[in-house]
Amino acid sequence: MSRRAIFDNKILPYVLLAPQLAITIVFFFWPAGQAVAQSLLRQDPFGLRTTFVWLENFAHVVRDPAYLNAAGTTLIFSLAVVALAMGSGLLLAVTADKPIRGAGVYKTLLIWPYAVAPAVAASLWLFIFHPTIGMLGRAINQAGIPWDYTLNGTQALVLVILAASWKQVSYNFIFFLAGLQSIPRSVIEAAAVDGAGTRQRFWKVTFPLLSPTTFFLLVVNLIYSFFDTFGVIHSLTRGGPGKATETLIYKVYVDGVVYLDLGGSSAQSVILLLFVVTMTALQFKYIERRVHY
Amino acid sequence: MRSLIAGVIAVMLVAGGATLSAPASIAQVPAPTVVAQAGRVTVDFWYGLTRPLGDILEGIATDFNNSQTRYRVVSSFKGAYPETMQAAIAAFRAGNAPHIVQMFEVGTATMMAARGAIKPVHELMKEAGIPFDPSIYLPAVRGYYSSPDGKMISMPFNSSTPITFYNKDAFRRAGLDPEKPPQTWSELRAAATKIRQTNAAPCGFTMAWPTWTNLENFSAIQDVPLASKMNGFEGMDAQMLTNSALHVRHLQTLMDMHREGTFRYGGRDSAGDALFPSGECAIIHGSSGLRARVIREARFAWGVTYLPYYDDVKGAPKNSIIGGASFWVMTSPRRTADEYRAVAEFFKFISQPEVVANWHMETGFVPITFPGMTLVQSLGYWQANPGADIPFKQLTRSRPTRNTMGLRLGNMPEIRVIFYEEWEKAFQGQQTAKQAMDAATRRSNDVLRRFERANAP
Repeated sequence: MSRRAIFDNKILPYVLLAPQLAITIVFFFWPAGQAVAQSLLRQDPFGLRTTFVWLENFAHVVRDPAYLNAAGTTLIFSLAVVALAMGSGLLLAVTADKPIRGAGVYKTLLIWPYAVAPAVAASLWLFIFHPTIGMLGRAINQAGIPWDYTLNGTQALVLVILAASWKQVSYNFIFFLAGLQSIPRSVIEAAAVDGAGTRQRFWKVTFPLLSPTTFFLLVVNLIYSFFDTFGVIHSLTRGGPGKATETLIYKVYVDGVVYLDLGGSSAQSVILLLFVVTMTALQFKYIERRVHY
Repeated sequence: MRSLIAGVIAVMLVAGGATLSAPASIAQVPAPTVVAQAGRVTVDFWYGLTRPLGDILEGIATDFNNSQTRYRVVSSFKGAYPETMQAAIAAFRAGNAPHIVQMFEVGTATMMAARGAIKPVHELMKEAGIPFDPSIYLPAVRGYYSSPDGKMISMPFNSSTPITFYNKDAFRRAGLDPEKPPQTWSELRAAATKIRQTNAAPCGFTMAWPTWTNLENFSAIQDVPLASKMNGFEGMDAQMLTNSALHVRHLQTLMDMHREGTFRYGGRDSAGDALFPSGECAIIHGSSGLRARVIREARFAWGVTYLPYYDDVKGAPKNSIIGGASFWVMTSPRRTADEYRAVAEFFKFISQPEVVANWHMETGFVPITFPGMTLVQSLGYWQANPGADIPFKQLTRSRPTRNTMGLRLGNMPEIRVIFYEEWEKAFQGQQTAKQAMDAATRRSNDVLRRFERANAP
C-alpha cells in the first residue's frame, strides 16, 4: 500500500516555486546572460562606444599568457585547498566522533572559523604571518628563515591555500561528523567481530559508507575553491606578488572591475562558467556511480 | 540524473553570481535622495578619501552649504579611489551618475576619453557665467588636468607629490649629518649602507607607491620621457619608453641595494607607508600626504627633503609630478542647467585661497593655487613647520618640460600593476633589470593598444 499525497491543483506547485525561480532568474540567469552578451562586445568603460566583435575577446583571453598562468595557479590552488580542507575536516570529524571528554566544546570551537567572514579571516592570517607586523611572521624571520610572502610567490601561494582551507575545514567537519554519526554502529561492530582492525574498519567500512557525504563535499569544496576564495586572496595578497596568487576568479574581478575591460572579463567568466558546469557534470556522471547511498 | 541537473543548477547559481562584469550586477543604487529643502538645488558628490581626510572634505561641503541658500552639496563616501571610479562608471551606465565625482590622477586618461560622460570644467564655468582663471593653478597641476590645447577638463583639488622622509635619529646613530639628507642616488645609497653597517635602523631605504615615486616621478625628475607623444598627452597611440638605459639602470640600482640589504621593497601602493613611522626604515619615498601620519605616529625626530636624482644625468633635477585626485563633472540624461550652475558655484567656492590654504595645512596636500600658497606663506605656516614647503618647491622648481607635465596614459592603474609584478620578480632574482623593464614595457604597450581600440573616436 502506498501512501501518496495527491494534489489536484496544477497551478499551486508553480506558485510555490515562483519566489525561488524569480530570484534565480533575476540574480543569476539574467546577469549570466548579460555576461554572455558582453563577452561578444568591445566597449569602453562608460558604454559610450560599442562594437560587436564576435569571439575576439575569447581569442584574446586564451592567447594571454597571464590567463594560462592563472589557470595553472587555480589548478594547484583548488586541488590543494580541496585536499587539505577535506582531509583535515575528515580527520577532525573522526577524532571528534569518538567518545572523548568535552567533545561538545571541541565541536563548537571547530565550527567557529566558518562563521568568520573571508576578509576578516584573511586579516587574522595577515596579523599572524605578515613578515613585519605578524607575530609568527616576525618570529620565523628572527629564527633565521627568510619569510616574506609579499615578495616570495611560493610562500604567498602556500599562505592563501592555508587560509582558504582553514576557512572551509569547519564546513567539512560538520558534514563529515553528521555522516559518521548516521553510519549504523552495528555495521562497524560486525566488522570488528569479523576481526577487522581500526584501520581496516575505517577504510573498508566507514569510508565507503561516507561516500555520499564525501562526494557532496567534493563538489561543494571545488566550487568554494574556485569562486568563494576571492575574499581571502583579495585581502591577503591581491593576486601578488607578481601573479603568484592570481586565480581565474580573481582575474575576472581584476580585469573587469579594476581594469574596466568588460569584454575580456566577461569572456573569462563565460569560460569559467562552462568549465565548472562541464566539470560538475562529469563528476556526477562518472564519480557518482561509485557512490553508495 | 536528477542529481546531475541539480548539480548543474547549483554550479550555475554560484558561477552566475560570480559574473562580475555584467553591468547590471555592479550597478549601484544611487545615493539616497535627500529631500531638497525648499528651492535648493541638490548636487550629488561622490568622493574616495578615507578618514580623517574624508571628514575634512565633508566639512568643506558643509561650509559651502552654509555659505548660501540656493544650492546644496550632498557628499557621500564611495570607498577608495578605484571603488569610487567603478561606482561612478556603473552609475553612469545605469543613467544615475552623480554630479561630481572625485577621481584619482591615474584615472584621468580614462575620464578624458569618455567625452559623452563628462562635462569639461572650462565649459561648465563658461556656461554658468562664472569667471575662471586656470593660470592661478600651479603649472604641474594645471597641465595634468588640461586638454592638449590648454583647456581645463577637471577641477583640481587634492594634489600631492612624492618626497623623501628620513629618520634624523637614525642618521645621528649612523654618524650621518641629520641636517644634510642625501640629494642624489649615490648619496642615498651611501647613507643607507652606513645605516645598515652601523645597525642604526633595521632597514635603510624603502618606498611607498613604488611606480609613482620611482618610475613616473623618477622619469620626470631626470627629465626623460615615460612614454612617447609627450607621455600620452598628444595622443592615445603613445608607446611606453620605459626600457631606456636610464630606467634599466635605476631598477638595477634598486636590485643591487635590495641584494645588499640596504633597500627593502615594502609592497604595492601605500603598503610601504607603515615602514617609516614605525622606525623600521630610515628613509622612505612617500607621498607628501604621508606627513600627517608621520606626525601622529613617529616616535623619533624626522625631516623631509627632495626626491634624489642621478647627478650625471643632464638637466636633472626637474620638477616632480602630482598625484592625488581631481573633481569631474558627470553628465546624465536628466541634468538641468540649474544643477550645473550649482556645481560651478561649488567649484568657485573650493578654489578660494582660504579653502586651498586650509586644506593644505590640515592635510599635507599641496596648496594648488598661487593665491592659496601666498596665503599659507603670509600665515607663517611654513616657518612654523619646516619642510612643509618641500612638496610645493619640488613641484615648482622648474618650468614643466615635455617630460614633466605629468602623464596621460589609458588604463594607467593596470600599467602600474604590471610594473609591480615585473619588479617583484626582479627583486626575487627571477629576472634581470633589463628583462624586467622590457617585459613591463611590452605588456604596458599591449594595455595601451587595448585602450586605444576601445576608445578610438
